[in-house]
Amino acid sequence: MAELLPIAKKVLSWANDGEAVEVVAIHERDTEIRVYQGEIEQFTASESQGVGVRVIVDNKQGFAYAGSLDEDVLAETLAEARDNATFGTPDEFLGLASPDGVPVQSLDLYDESVNTMATDAKIDMAIRLEAQTMTSDPRITGIESADYVDSISESALVSTSGVEVTSRDSGSYVTVSALAEEDGDTQIGFGFSVGRDPQTLDVDRAAADAGDRATRLLGATQPASERVTIVFDPFVTAQFLAILGGTMSGEAVMKGYSLFANRMGEEVASPLFTLVDDPTNRDAFTASETDGEGMASRRNVLIDEGRLNTFVHNAYTGRRMSTASTGSAVRSYSSVPGVGTRALFLEPGTQSQEELIRNIDNGVLIQGVAGIHSGVNPVSGDFSTGAEGLRIRDGELGEPLREITIASTLQKMLGDIQAVGNDVDWLPMSAAGVSLVIDDVTMSGS
Amino acid sequence: MLDESLVANTLNAALTGGADFAEVFVEDKRNSSAFLDDGKIEELTSGRDRGAGIRVVAGDTTGFAHTADLSETGLRNAAEAAAAAARGGGGGVRKVSLERQEASRNIEVQTFPETVAKSTKVELLQRADEEARSIGDAISQVSARYGDSRRKILVANSDGLIAGDDQVRTFFSINCVAMGDTGMQTGRESHGRTIGFETFDDHDVTEMARIAANRAITKLSARPAPSGAQTVVVGPGGGGVLFHEACGHGLEADLVAKSASVFAGRMGEQVASPLVTLIDDGTMSAEWGNFAIDDEGRPAQRNVLIQDGILTDYMYDNIRARKEGRPSSGNGRRQSYQHLPMVRMTNTYITAGQDNPADIISSTPNGVYVAQLGGGQVNTATGDFVFGMTEAYLIEDGKITEPIREGNLIGNGPEVLTRIDALGNDFAMGHPGTCGKDGQGVPVGDGTPTLRVTSLTVGGTAA
Repeated sequence: MAELLPIAKKVLSWANDGEAVEVVAIHERDTEIRVYQGEIEQFTASESQGVGVRVIVDNKQGFAYAGSLDEDVLAETLAEARDNATFGTPDEFLGLASPDGVPVQSLDLYDESVNTMATDAKIDMAIRLEAQTMTSDPRITGIESADYVDSISESALVSTSGVEVTSRDSGSYVTVSALAEEDGDTQIGFGFSVGRDPQTLDVDRAAADAGDRATRLLGATQPASERVTIVFDPFVTAQFLAILGGTMSGEAVMKGYSLFANRMGEEVASPLFTLVDDPTNRDAFTASETDGEGMASRRNVLIDEGRLNTFVHNAYTGRRMSTASTGSAVRSYSSVPGVGTRALFLEPGTQSQEELIRNIDNGVLIQGVAGIHSGVNPVSGDFSTGAEGLRIRDGELGEPLREITIASTLQKMLGDIQAVGNDVDWLPMSAAGVSLVIDDVTMSGS
Repeated sequence: MLDESLVANTLNAALTGGADFAEVFVEDKRNSSAFLDDGKIEELTSGRDRGAGIRVVAGDTTGFAHTADLSETGLRNAAEAAAAAARGGGGGVRKVSLERQEASRNIEVQTFPETVAKSTKVELLQRADEEARSIGDAISQVSARYGDSRRKILVANSDGLIAGDDQVRTFFSINCVAMGDTGMQTGRESHGRTIGFETFDDHDVTEMARIAANRAITKLSARPAPSGAQTVVVGPGGGGVLFHEACGHGLEADLVAKSASVFAGRMGEQVASPLVTLIDDGTMSAEWGNFAIDDEGRPAQRNVLIQDGILTDYMYDNIRARKEGRPSSGNGRRQSYQHLPMVRMTNTYITAGQDNPADIISSTPNGVYVAQLGGGQVNTATGDFVFGMTEAYLIEDGKITEPIREGNLIGNGPEVLTRIDALGNDFAMGHPGTCGKDGQGVPVGDGTPTLRVTSLTVGGTAA
């Protein structure tokens, strides 16, 4: 692989006097194997690279990127960013991030096995996943896709304000999508396993989960509308937290797009609710040593026992809101750094999902949601999403339900939280899952 | 873009292992965008992506590799990697002779975006921002985006095809936030065409700003949406995404072949109300899903999928079509040279009916009028779909009355198709969209006339 740091530093050396310049260079290698009926259907070997250049001059910002590290392209990209800067609106708060003394923790996010594991072993894993899912339940009739994927990503980020960081991490996963049929009813379900080292992938669990998800809703019916207590499965909670995380962005707050603006220090959720953003936790799928501006990652407590404690910031929003970066710049090489939560985690409670359910007289275990992005407005807080799951009656799981929506507002849901489970699940998302019980939600059906 | 002999040599290298089919896809894409938020031009971004994706098919196995290095060596390395990935047996040498195929665009670009000064693009955003803020004191925040792209592609394959396209896209969107006693509400408007900057000659950004601002202000007085089964009238152009989700995805032949579609095995059957004719049309001039050739070199086509309620065809890409011994329907698309093509929609729409839209509303005693739908998603195996209502009103005693807050609609594609009992004569295309499938996004368009669905589940909070 090309050495990224010297390339990034070379671009930086072309900076003019009076210019603040930040350069990010990336290199990524991916393998994707999809099998179908025991044979390889698609095998993709890909290698990509790119550079992003940000220029700030006279309090104006410009940006350009290119999917190449060729020398002429690098020069052109810097020139474009420079030209773009002349059209920006002057803003005294614009500026690059400067190292703030928080040490970068070494997280050891790279595992050589992605490189050393034989291709045939990777193929075999996908074939075994498909076969095992197929036989996991007699009602499984087909496999839509069974994939093995791995990647190695490297990056270098340097700036005229003294940032110089590099990173390398590995990732791998298997995922399968299964079809089940019974009495003319068809359902689809997925399963997966994720790890930095492909040898730790749990094919058995992925196959069993897909079989379970595909069959558990067979024969599901649409119930009548009513108000119920709901239990979010960990996978659903993770999606809920990710949306909530969007409202904690300093940028959203600063521009008046957050329903939590002006509520700092107030009770915004049940005292059971402690929301933490911590990309330094190696268990998190999105763990990373530094943020999108090269600042050390750190642990931020966003909501502390129901009380709004902090928003997340990058260098710009921190400066503009008279605070500091929380190490929360998010970006790709093809975009300027934004602000966002990076690895959300809800402090767990003490009970298992089974125990939580035992305390509920009338409710629904929500196992899947659809359209959560289209049906939730993070500005107004209106929440409405398609859902499916199992009825809870007198502490026991009952019949499967489909074609329902659940609706409330984010503000009300946070206040209506009754319990958090102890079943933390590290998912391949920017938030971890855990069972969550929420009272008084409108379920719409027939 | 690339010398034809270099393309032919690359194909030959890809075929060395004895593959059945090889393809080279070359892409050179430039884009620029400007973003205004909080009254400031926050960023102006330029991007450049150039490279080639090489696909090799041996039996049922596809090997794929891509490279940003378009030199002879770079291309040969990628071709060999793709061939190795496909693991073609047999060996032997095949030579490809290429024949240029011309597919002409049905609309000429007048003003290529790269010839327009950046200051002119920025000024577009500033005008829209000023206009939106002038609509009312309730408008508390405005953001607007301008974007353009020029994507040149070249496709060549071992069947001897070589074809190219030069695809231009121009886009504008504006989001407004209104603040009132009941909290904040948002309103949005967007516009996108596969032509150049001339699109703004007859699509005034200040008009779009007014629409977005008024949508946000209207919603400040919105009541909670009802909950449960409702009669739903969808306004012209506002509901195309319903058909994109509710049945379009289920008519993609790759999903059909794996029985992951409720429409598998139903060719020739009555699957919808006789009022419904559903078309996917990549040739629609200037619409967001328009192109001259698809990303496998096949000219864009107009495909009738459902005719008067009868299922007449699925959509195909090259791989699926080869397996079934029929031609591709021009629906092979990919996000970029770094992606494999698959079956994708283009511009998907329901043709106009006979009814007067005003009569459709006045003959609906009670229900919900949806002027704009937001994004959605479908489970193709069950046909269950969900999408958001971004602008909706109550219908009471045959009249559109109060605005309602945002919520989701859910339903089942095959059921909804049979429940359409009125279709207006007022066809309109909707907003430019990006369709996601298997991690790849491609630009798509959609359209509908006013139509009525006798029952859909509305996911509001009101009893």
